[in-house]
Amino acid sequence: MSNYRIQGATGEWEVVIGLEVHAQVTSHAKLFSGASTEFGAEPNTQVSLVDAAMPGMLPVPNRECIRQAVRTGMAIEAQINKWSRFDRKNYFYADLPQGYQISQLYHPIVGHGQLLIEADEKAGIPEDKIIGIERIHVEQDAGKLMHDQHPTMSYVDLNRSGVALMEIVSDPDMTSPAEAGAYVRKLRSILRYVGSCDGNMEQGSMRADVNVSVRKVGDPELGTRTETKNVNSVRFVMAVIEGEARRQVDLIEEGGTVVQETRLYDPDKNETRSMRSKEDAHDYRYFPDPDLLPIDLDDAFLEECRASLPELPDAKRARYTGELGMNDYNAAQLTLEVETFARFETLLAETAKLLGKSESKVATQVANWTLSVAPGVVKSLGGEAKLEFATAEAQAAVLKLVDSGEVSGGQSKEIYEIVLKTGRDPAEIADTEGLKQQSDTGAIEAEIDKVIAANQDKVEQYKGGKDKLFGFFVGQTMKAMQGKANPQVVNELLKAKLG
Amino acid sequence: MSVDKETVVKIASLARIAMSDDEAAAMVPELNNILGWVEQLGEVDVTGVEPMTAVIPNEQRLRDDVVDADPLTGGGVRDKVLANAPNAEHGFFAVPKVIE
Amino acid sequence: MTNLTDLGVAAIRDGVKAGDFTSREVTEAFNANVAAATDLNAFIVETPEIALQAADLVDADRAAGKDIGIMGGVPIGMKDLFCTRGVQTTAGSHILEGFTPEYESTVSHNLWSAGAVMLGKLNLDQFAMGSSNETSYFGNVINPWKRNDGGNAALAPGGSSGGSSTAVAARLAPAATGTDTGGSIRQPAAFTGITGVKPTYGRCSRWGVVAFASSLDQAGPMARDTRDCAIMLEAMAGFDPKDSTSLDMAVPNWEAALSGDLKGKKVGIPREYRMDGMDAEIEATWEQGKQWLRDAGAEVVDISLPHTKYALPAYYIIAPAEASSNLARYDGLRYGLRELPEGAGLQDMYAATRAEGFGPEVKRRVMIGTYVLSAGFYDAYYTQAQKVRTLISRDFDNAFKECDVILAPTCPSAAFGLGDKSSDPLAMYLNDVFAVPASMAGLPAMSVPAGLNSQGLPLGLQIIGKAFDEQGVMNAGLAIEERANFVAKPERWWA
Ligand SMILES: [Mg+2]
Ligand SMILES: [Zn+2]
Repeated sequence: MSNYRIQGATGEWEVVIGLEVHAQVTSHAKLFSGASTEFGAEPNTQVSLVDAAMPGMLPVPNRECIRQAVRTGMAIEAQINKWSRFDRKNYFYADLPQGYQISQLYHPIVGHGQLLIEADEKAGIPEDKIIGIERIHVEQDAGKLMHDQHPTMSYVDLNRSGVALMEIVSDPDMTSPAEAGAYVRKLRSILRYVGSCDGNMEQGSMRADVNVSVRKVGDPELGTRTETKNVNSVRFVMAVIEGEARRQVDLIEEGGTVVQETRLYDPDKNETRSMRSKEDAHDYRYFPDPDLLPIDLDDAFLEECRASLPELPDAKRARYTGELGMNDYNAAQLTLEVETFARFETLLAETAKLLGKSESKVATQVANWTLSVAPGVVKSLGGEAKLEFATAEAQAAVLKLVDSGEVSGGQSKEIYEIVLKTGRDPAEIADTEGLKQQSDTGAIEAEIDKVIAANQDKVEQYKGGKDKLFGFFVGQTMKAMQGKANPQVVNELLKAKLG
Repeated sequence: MSVDKETVVKIASLARIAMSDDEAAAMVPELNNILGWVEQLGEVDVTGVEPMTAVIPNEQRLRDDVVDADPLTGGGVRDKVLANAPNAEHGFFAVPKVIE
Repeated sequence: MTNLTDLGVAAIRDGVKAGDFTSREVTEAFNANVAAATDLNAFIVETPEIALQAADLVDADRAAGKDIGIMGGVPIGMKDLFCTRGVQTTAGSHILEGFTPEYESTVSHNLWSAGAVMLGKLNLDQFAMGSSNETSYFGNVINPWKRNDGGNAALAPGGSSGGSSTAVAARLAPAATGTDTGGSIRQPAAFTGITGVKPTYGRCSRWGVVAFASSLDQAGPMARDTRDCAIMLEAMAGFDPKDSTSLDMAVPNWEAALSGDLKGKKVGIPREYRMDGMDAEIEATWEQGKQWLRDAGAEVVDISLPHTKYALPAYYIIAPAEASSNLARYDGLRYGLRELPEGAGLQDMYAATRAEGFGPEVKRRVMIGTYVLSAGFYDAYYTQAQKVRTLISRDFDNAFKECDVILAPTCPSAAFGLGDKSSDPLAMYLNDVFAVPASMAGLPAMSVPAGLNSQGLPLGLQIIGKAFDEQGVMNAGLAIEERANFVAKPERWWA
């Protein structure tokens, strides 16, 4: 249980939060027509006669949209409904050409599932928590209204009309803005892992309807909730909850009552306001769409969906810390974003192959390189870095040089800088640029002998038990080698010589 | 169940059909007549009967995810989409200003 | 030379193919009949020029030795519910007045591909809602038939395909498309002494057909005899991937397999269709029909369709419910009428447009549909009706264990006078009592002319078949046709 509380004049209040996340399904064509879903096209250029609801036009579902919804359901361990169907949600609005949205009310394609949010002490999530997901259904997106182009008219663009959405409805399980934020982030991560939504909140690919109610701490009854529509960032979701909970508490404590209503969030003012209330807004007259038949998924389809699922965030993290022996921090960082783990895993495989070692043997080295060394080099180069040269082969080659002791950590950064600027081969750079450390025992031995000869007094002291002096001999030897000796070799030889 | 004028007005508003008071009043007996007649369906014992979902046994086919596979149901036809619009400007449909 | 407008589909096609006459000659003859029949008000738009162009193409193809198609050179009327590219399509409603589709419905496209030629767009009940063609914004269609009582009462041509029935009966076209939601092909066919076939739901694509009630709407041919219907249905039907409810099945060559020999077939007579106070002449015709089918070799058996009584009330929940939603797109935004009173906002624009654009019957049905789907009533009305629909369908399944086709009257009466029922919606609805059950079950059914009543008006008999068995239906229809020898035609009074 989170300890998020709102201090009111009459005592402490807690907040109950449910989220309906609309996620645009990754597909080339729309849910029921062949028009493109590409973002940012000229108005009404990605509109078919079907999307414009011309007389006599009919919907035919896109298999990929159904498939992605099923895969998403599997990723949240949900019940997949082999039999589902589309219903019509009837209302009149300028962005809704048919006069109804084809959605799923009675028989959604995905039933109950769940998602884990991790403990985050600092954020106020004391322990891991499972958030229930009531359902996922597939539906059409609406078009877009533009109000600023003309003094007395609004303009309608139907490019988004008919794009497939998954509506992911959580249980009212969240009790703080932090939990809601973590939920949205985790959900986004899962969707991106699965590849069913690009998670791009700025482009509207993911947006949340935020349901908030408050109650006195310990009260078993739920309060009346409000729904704030289309909130399009994690930060705003959290802000809406904070603001809305405060508003409701103040309202109740002043003797008012919360009305169940739809609200809009204004990010500029950081406040919500009631949408112009329509008295009949809640009578959507849902009924099964008679233009469509029930969807009956067969086992082969479900099997393909399951087989095509990637390793998901929780499993991957567990594998990184377990099998790969990585620390929690690195595992968490690497599994956060699809791009990060993809880069890591490619490099890990390449490195293991090149070094002839198991992945678990090189995982920590590759993780450190991926999370800190490589990004550091890229950052230091700024605009000079040509990222097309940052191939897994090149990076693995650098890591091999380090692993074999041929180059030092510092040298590896210098080599990688040159790789990123020129695309040259790392081994060749190490050779020609003198970026190699000396492992030739003969040369090192010769220098060690000189150091010992010149510091007999210290040798005596060392042999007399002053162990600390070992570092002095290492330093002197390295200095004599102009920093290019392999420290490990130096250590071993010194130990042997000093007895 | 029978409807009164208030209900007729509400239904007309839901259906977005403007109706004068007289028209709404005239519709009350008409609708009640029809609704009274269809309510005989209540007599039918439908225990264990599923509502019909497909009149002829048929499976929902699913389309391949291909853009503009059929020009008749594909995009890129703005001129056709806007051709019959009572008011189209700058590639948009135009409607009286909406306040959200 | 024979009067070309007395010819049917097969005769015209065969004649054009054989070079006995050209499609242009036939088309000119029908164009002339159309032009001379404005009194009947069967057409909303006449397209004589388009017809001649299409006819010339067929003639050119023939001259070039190409296949002219199974409807090659045959002019037809197109019910104005089918979207036709470049030609106004209104569904008989003011709200679509001036709407010119940028696309062609699949069915009309199929017909043009088969060589058919369009004479024009036929009048109909507004959005196909009606049984008398009195709800069209473009005026009543007048039945070409008159009673033999010396009076001059204008009669209803039936509906909603009233323009189609009138055009075929009055020889303005050898054939026309119809659509049947709850009897809209069969009832007008019966009222005008022609033949009409409603195929199995899903046989003809609904793509590009203005929707009334999606789960019921089905296009079909209307012509003067069974063979012509078989030919035309073959041209219209076919799998369409653009319609989710389209049947992915091969289209049989119905014409080739037509046979009026019913040996070994069983014809079911549904007990529940014999209703109290049934018109004696209708009953006599039904008896006559049984005898004809026996003569054709069939065995006649009694069957039961226990939920018949509930088909019509269930229909009047389901059809308006679907219609209330299907017609939501007529909002004055993207096409058709827009009413924008001074200072009106968006929602006012919707309400004003729909008030002005929809006729009274459409409003009535949209209101009923909206009501039965509204919060708190959905289960009591809609779900209950869909359960009853399951029972109706099950009745047919059971009946077809005992028979191959069902014989029934098409309508409870002959054509009634215009205005006789228009003030009482319920009385009008009851006209479809025999037609609606097959629609509710999606089954193929047809009406075939059986004779004239004592007033000299045509009466029809209805054949209902198993799903996908249009052949069985049309064979039984042919058997009746061969024995009824219906050659009567309306006396030409119009000019
Ligand atoms: Mg919502
Ligand atoms: Zn939604």
